[in-house]
Amino acid sequence: MSSLTLFGLCAAGLIGIGLYGALVDPQPLRKILALNLFGAGTFLMFGVVSRRGADAGLGGDPVPQAMVITGIVVAFAATALAVALLLRIFQATGDTVLEPTGTGEE
Amino acid sequence: MSATLVADGVLVLLLLGLALRATAAADAFAAVVAFVAFGLLLALAWMRLHAGDVALTEAAIGSGVTGAVLVAAAMRLPPTLPHIPPEADPEAAFPKAMPGGAARPEVMPGWAARPKVILGEAAIRLAALLLSGLVTACLAGLVLWTTGPSHSQAATALRHLPELGLYNAVTGVLMAYRGFDTLMEKIVLLLALVGVWSLARDTVWGGRPFPAAIPAQGGAVTLIARLLPPIGIVVAVYLLWVSAEEPGGAFQGGAILAAMWLLVLLAGLRQAPLLGSRLVRWTVAVGPAIFLAAGFAGFAFPAGFLSYPPGVAKAMIILIEFPLLLSIAVILGLLVTGPAERRP
Repeated sequence: MSSLTLFGLCAAGLIGIGLYGALVDPQPLRKILALNLFGAGTFLMFGVVSRRGADAGLGGDPVPQAMVITGIVVAFAATALAVALLLRIFQATGDTVLEPTGTGEE
Repeated sequence: MSATLVADGVLVLLLLGLALRATAAADAFAAVVAFVAFGLLLALAWMRLHAGDVALTEAAIGSGVTGAVLVAAAMRLPPTLPHIPPEADPEAAFPKAMPGGAARPEVMPGWAARPKVILGEAAIRLAALLLSGLVTACLAGLVLWTTGPSHSQAATALRHLPELGLYNAVTGVLMAYRGFDTLMEKIVLLLALVGVWSLARDTVWGGRPFPAAIPAQGGAVTLIARLLPPIGIVVAVYLLWVSAEEPGGAFQGGAILAAMWLLVLLAGLRQAPLLGSRLVRWTVAVGPAIFLAAGFAGFAFPAGFLSYPPGVAKAMIILIEFPLLLSIAVILGLLVTGPAERRP
């Protein structure tokens, strides 16, 4: 087992943890956090692939690395917008937990 | 060999442990703190993958600025766990459940349905666990079974770098080979900022955003906010300048500038700007606008959109990147402070 494989497995684990958190946690803030973990795992997977594509004396393939940089920034923009929406919803309704609509009567 | 493997193993275990803590912690604030620590360790992992540019971005944006947004949100939201079922307030939970003003049922529907809901929750948790486990197993299998070098665009991307005067391959990809992506990323940031601003209530439109200075007069925050910004500004400009050869770039520098600005705002040394002011709007728009203009200038030369004429390429890239640094810093800072909440 090499370090690269370890980081690949770490990426797979992070994606699983993030996906689970995003699916089951009823609090939107925690969902946003979990989606960020999911994203971090995806980016790390890119990093492992990038390292495998190393040639021409480089540490890694620069194309996936540049895409990850763009991805991190876009993920931040989405997070900031989602958090602003969440705070506005809280301001307007006082809700911080997502509930299934029509609980019980179906 | 084994020493680095052990170190990497510890790093991976710490990463997974912090990720679990970030999803499982009962308190939202503790979860966010775990997430920020996770991001900093992830930057270390990126260094181990020989990706210094990504490590800087992860530390500055993925952990730092995202962490600031999440911390601010966690502090403003009330602690919600243990999770409150909707039957706590039947009027709010079922506003339209009884049409025609029918009398409220004697047994509140939520209470009657409670066991069913719990069963449903357990089933959902199990299904989610199975799904995430399956995804992880598939990806792990992919990692374990694929070996050898992966397909790479590096050679194509690197071919023109010397003509551009860039020796950092990642900067070259960001500014030239995939320049269109980088331009679109600025547009995404601007759209996110427009989205955040548009959440302001009508009465405070164009006003100042949330952080009314935290009263910390004479405290450590004030001292740091006076000492650190001059150093931070130098580091930010250096990161941008050095990105032609070494890890760095407009985003990493911009995030540091934004951090310095937020520090000054938090210490109460300066007021947050009026979001309706022309100066703010121009500052936010100038970087992306110059980038776009430079893109269209490419049409004047044979190569087309976002191409740089040989000879002046380096000068053009610097001309694009320095206004971008300023715009990015202001956009990142304003995304953290959020929509207007105080009257202009």
